[in-house]
Amino acid sequence: MTRPILEAKGLHVAFNGVKAADDVSIAIHDGEFLAIIGPNGSGKTTLLNICTGYIRPKSGSVQLDGHDITHLSPRAIARRGVARAFQIPQLFSAQRVIDNMMLALAATDGLWSAVQPLETARRRDEARALLDLVGLAGDADRISSTLPEGHRKLLDIAVALALKPRLLLLDEPTSGVSALERFPLMEALMSALRQRRITALFVEHDMDVVARYASRVLVWNAGNIMAEGRPDEVFSNAQVRQRVVGVA
Amino acid sequence: MPAIIAAAAVLILTLLPVAAPWLQFVLTLAIAKGFAALGVAVLLRAGLISIGHAMFFAASAYAVAFLARAGVNDLGLLLILSVLGGALVGAVAGSFLVRYRAIFFAMLNLAVSMVFYALCAKLYGVTGGTDGMPVPVPAVFGIALGEPAFKSVLFYLSLGLMVLVGLAVQRYLNSPLGHALSAVHTNEIRLEYLGIPVWAVLLIAYVISAALAGLGGAIAGFAIGRVVPDFAFWTASGHLVLIAVLGGIGGVPGAFIGALFLELLHSAAVTVTDSWNLIVGMTLIIVIMFMPQGVYGLFARKEATSL
Ligand SMILES: Nc1ncnc2c1ncn2[C@@H]1O[C@H](COP(=O)(O)OP(=O)(O)OP(=O)(O)O)[C@@H](O)[C@H]1O
Ligand SMILES: [Mg+2]
Repeated sequence: MTRPILEAKGLHVAFNGVKAADDVSIAIHDGEFLAIIGPNGSGKTTLLNICTGYIRPKSGSVQLDGHDITHLSPRAIARRGVARAFQIPQLFSAQRVIDNMMLALAATDGLWSAVQPLETARRRDEARALLDLVGLAGDADRISSTLPEGHRKLLDIAVALALKPRLLLLDEPTSGVSALERFPLMEALMSALRQRRITALFVEHDMDVVARYASRVLVWNAGNIMAEGRPDEVFSNAQVRQRVVGVA
Repeated sequence: MPAIIAAAAVLILTLLPVAAPWLQFVLTLAIAKGFAALGVAVLLRAGLISIGHAMFFAASAYAVAFLARAGVNDLGLLLILSVLGGALVGAVAGSFLVRYRAIFFAMLNLAVSMVFYALCAKLYGVTGGTDGMPVPVPAVFGIALGEPAFKSVLFYLSLGLMVLVGLAVQRYLNSPLGHALSAVHTNEIRLEYLGIPVWAVLLIAYVISAALAGLGGAIAGFAIGRVVPDFAFWTASGHLVLIAVLGGIGGVPGAFIGALFLELLHSAAVTVTDSWNLIVGMTLIIVIMFMPQGVYGLFARKEATSL
């Protein structure tokens, strides 16, 4: 097997005695669409926080392409091609939707040589194309804080895509997104990932989404992985069905 | 449309001293403070309030005095070198101040500026203590001018710089760097996750704001003909914040409109009353309560709010 893009080994993190990561090891390979499922508070977001340098594990290491990134900042890791969409959207809420997008595009554009305006024709087109992709074409000129919660999630994902990552970490991309928009969003996302050769990891609560799109599933429980495999394998595991999927 | 209004305003400013010569000094000083207030307004974009920018105002004014004492006698050279001096002080102070936010940023700027003030006042042998230092009339392009002629040159130069520097700052604020600066205010986490270094964005803004304050201070030094430690006193810094808020943080012209408004109000008020601070206080209350966009907001076209 090829070397994984991202590999975490023996991660430990505890908050006030609660183990949010208890000897966690994972590997993500090129082209995967890896799903993480698990009950609330089982440490899914914590894993993303560690892998992006937002929190430091008590022990263990994270490697990106074989290079140790355990102690790098979120900025340094982002610069290495890892983008993240958040469980709670992280937006520039006072700015317009399109400005959120264009700033993300500018970040990969050699921002520091930029004396030209943020808004260039090329950047605007690129931003609109991505907004179109996630279904926000009509909201480009709105102030981000006025968007409904579901659309804020979509914008957060579009911003992450604008960074042209190699690895995309999505924290519950469909939560807050209406049931009607959920599958169109996933279809658009999947085609964008394939087209741009982006490897992705996504935390997800909607089991229909997981069953349909994930290439592999990790099942989280109390800070560790309790099961792993293809969606059909995982969902036929009795323990998983009981603890996570919520059907007996 | 806004461009036409701005052009008309600049034209009126150009003609005012011809009609009322006593206004020339008031207007020069107003523009000088406008530059410094614009510096404060730049940082306000990031949600950072500096109560210490009079330090840079004073630093450049002192730089002019020191350079003049050392024999530099050209207006252009004095302005450029003194603004660079202000920017350098800004780079040094900014490199540790931009790590702080909110009240800590405000208070540390205040503290550093008070140290600077104390040094200016106490180092009698170097700075002339509270007596300050004279700022002599420099040559303009090698031509020695009398004081009245120089003051006119200074006024029209300030006016020209107001337009040019104002446009440059506008351009900066519209650039990715300027947008990133506003983004510091709304979401530093997202900014870091975009791979944009927040500290660099802030340091650049801080140096620009210090240079703007320095430019104002140099002009003020020339206009007054003397620089004293009070240039750096905290009440002067407070005044700059006041002007920036008065002008609203909406746009570059706001800082100058706020400064002109306050200086004109001041010259009008001192002729009829001695309760200047009362007037300033009342004005500020009215602006904050009824015009959150500042005086500038009265003129700015309202953005259509989406429903
Ligand atoms: N910064 C923090 N400080 C203290 N406790 C934290 C912190 N971050 C996470 N925790 C705790 O760690 C545990 C795991 O949290 P985490 O957010 O990773 O769970 P999750 O699996 O993402 O849950 P959810 O499905 O609700 O998003 C929880 O008990 C949580 O309260
Ligand atoms: Mg979570």
